[in-house]
Amino acid sequence: MTADPKGVLTGIHFLDGDHAACEGALAAGCRFVSGYPITPSTEVVERFAQRIPMVGGVFIQMEDELAASITMLGAVWGGKKVMTVTSGPGLSLMMEHLGLAYITEAPCVFIDVQRGGPSTGLPTLPAQADMMQVKWGSHGDYEIIALCPNSPQECFDLTIKAFNLSEQWRVPVFLMMDEVVGHMTERVVIPEASEIEITERRWTKKAPGDYRPFEACADGVPAMTKAGEGHRIHVTGLTHDERGWPALTPKSQDKLIRRLTNKIRDNADALTDIREEECEGADVIVVSYGITSRVASSAVLQARAQGLKVGHARLVVAWPFPTTRIAYLATQCRAMVVPELNLGQMVHEVSRAVAGSVPVLLVDHAGGTVHEPQVILDRILEAAR
Amino acid sequence: MSESTLNDDLDLSGLPLVDNPVMPYLRQERIPHIWCPGCGIGTTVNCFTRALEEAAKDLDKVAIVSGIGCTGRVAGYLNLDSFHTTHGRAIPFATGLKLANPDLSVVVYSGDGDLFAIGGNHFMHAARRNMDILVVCVNNFTYGMTGGQVAPTTPIGATQTTMPFGNFENPASLPFLADAAGATFVARWTVFHVRQLTRCFKEALGKKGFRFIEIMAPCPTLFLRRNRLGDGVDMVRQYKERSVLRNGADTKEVAVGMEGDIVVGTFVDRERPTWLDAMNSHFSSVLGDRYRTYGG
Ligand SMILES: Cc1ncc(C[n+]2csc(CCOP(=O)(O)OP(=O)(O)O)c2C)c(N)n1
Ligand code: SF4
Ligand SMILES: [Mg+2]
Repeated sequence: MTADPKGVLTGIHFLDGDHAACEGALAAGCRFVSGYPITPSTEVVERFAQRIPMVGGVFIQMEDELAASITMLGAVWGGKKVMTVTSGPGLSLMMEHLGLAYITEAPCVFIDVQRGGPSTGLPTLPAQADMMQVKWGSHGDYEIIALCPNSPQECFDLTIKAFNLSEQWRVPVFLMMDEVVGHMTERVVIPEASEIEITERRWTKKAPGDYRPFEACADGVPAMTKAGEGHRIHVTGLTHDERGWPALTPKSQDKLIRRLTNKIRDNADALTDIREEECEGADVIVVSYGITSRVASSAVLQARAQGLKVGHARLVVAWPFPTTRIAYLATQCRAMVVPELNLGQMVHEVSRAVAGSVPVLLVDHAGGTVHEPQVILDRILEAAR
Repeated sequence: MSESTLNDDLDLSGLPLVDNPVMPYLRQERIPHIWCPGCGIGTTVNCFTRALEEAAKDLDKVAIVSGIGCTGRVAGYLNLDSFHTTHGRAIPFATGLKLANPDLSVVVYSGDGDLFAIGGNHFMHAARRNMDILVVCVNNFTYGMTGGQVAPTTPIGATQTTMPFGNFENPASLPFLADAAGATFVARWTVFHVRQLTRCFKEALGKKGFRFIEIMAPCPTLFLRRNRLGDGVDMVRQYKERSVLRNGADTKEVAVGMEGDIVVGTFVDRERPTWLDAMNSHFSSVLGDRYRTYGG
């Protein structure tokens, strides 16, 4: 189906990434946001608070991020499309409810506008250092989906994609922004509502009595209901069976946790979204994501101007990691270069995928600003030698 | 408590389980429950289900939310839309559920540690906002689920595994906190008072706003045994002997200790606009026709 026009601000705008992400959420049908202010993400919820009374829905500023992240989950079972928004310290507080969202298969979107860390770190300055936290920061085995916009336009587009994927797979989806993408203002085109594809929640058609809330359909994803429909569901963070009832045995643990992880692992190739440029037969391929991809682009252009064959592969979907495609790209080049605004996170995934077939060179950065293109260029030249 | 404990002690008032009129309100396939013999939690559930029946509630529109703990397991046994969330966070979950679907009657049912230690901040803010939920706290003065550690309600002098030489921390008086934070309805009963508690549940279910009921309940396995207070029945006898009814009591004066009066009754009953009503009327007045009145 297509978007509800009430939430769609059709037109050509100049927006920063935070505002554009908010418009993406509204266009996607998000009608409930619970948040807690934190730089550099606050503008997302400020805009939502401003817009939602006229669209029809609720914004509530909670007392902390533990509350914000679980209020969102309450609203899912009340039937809404939901989102919460944060940055580093708040993300750390949300980890327990990331786990609850995952094990209860609650479709929801987390926006993380990354800043320098650890701890209070660099509140107003960028980093890409939460990439591993969203994947591994909650306890237990789990899988999420994470998208990495590199412009305000993509903040809009990928927020819609995030909502759609969360409904399709019933997993938490992260939009991994950063301070620069959040605060840079650029042209953002918002199409007509009729041109925006929306994935609706997969409501069960089963009557109370027949319905098992955690019984998977063919694709591994169960159909959903909400409170108040007569299904009398039980939803628990404990390991549960298809009825949703606690089932605390190794066997039920194995069954549930494998089904949940396989929803994403078995579909990792289908979920892959890499924007590739001149990768076939390249000497060196730069693998980048988010804001760093823009700096990397200028380094790649300079390298090409010097006569090198340099490809650029930008990860739009960072999680699940596109292992198959990166392994293939490794067969196309002699080396890979991975710039990121951290001291080495996604580079480990690239190395794992490449499995030693070509050298993988990290261009690290402790955060606070973006790379100098020259540093990336130097690494490309080194890799080409 | 232990996951393998089987017992038939759901109802201290002595009805045989099979004929029990509360059975239709329970997920019968999940009985026997996990609570220990003599535990007070089952008695409170019994009163709650009777109140649902007497209040003639549309059960499809009642949702129950629990945190984590022995009391946190209540959600799993009631045949309602039920949510067993994370430790301390039942109130913010209930907040989202209620705001997303205002037609629901949302009840939070959890323990004293859950609601007032790890979840204390949420309690205060939901009361301040006058979120339209009923919060039921089974106060057994201890952390039952984790084996009897000190709780924010543990009286001075009581021994707990993490207060092996007796508690020296000042306990919280729950009705006083609820009153100060702005709750519209505040009551306290014990599991001795099954009829009064049932009536209180029924009354609270019929009201709006942030409503709070504290129920004192024995945890024989951990709190009573460790403090040589006898078994569940001994404690219920103590509740009977020590309790004094004082409706409208000043909540500053209802603190409980190891000895002395246990003041019971309805302490607060007032009206304030709920969060959602306040939002709707405020936005209507400042935004006029531009506002889309929110009803779910
Ligand atoms: C975040 C977190 N911390 C600690 C625990 C362990 N834990 C489970 S229940 C509980 C205390 C329960 O006490 P109370 O709320 O009084 O419930 P009771 O068991 O007494 O009914 C604790 C500390 C947990 N589950 N989650
Ligand atoms: S509260 Fe105490 S008596 Fe009741 S189930 Fe828990 S440990 Fe047993
Ligand atoms: Mg307790």
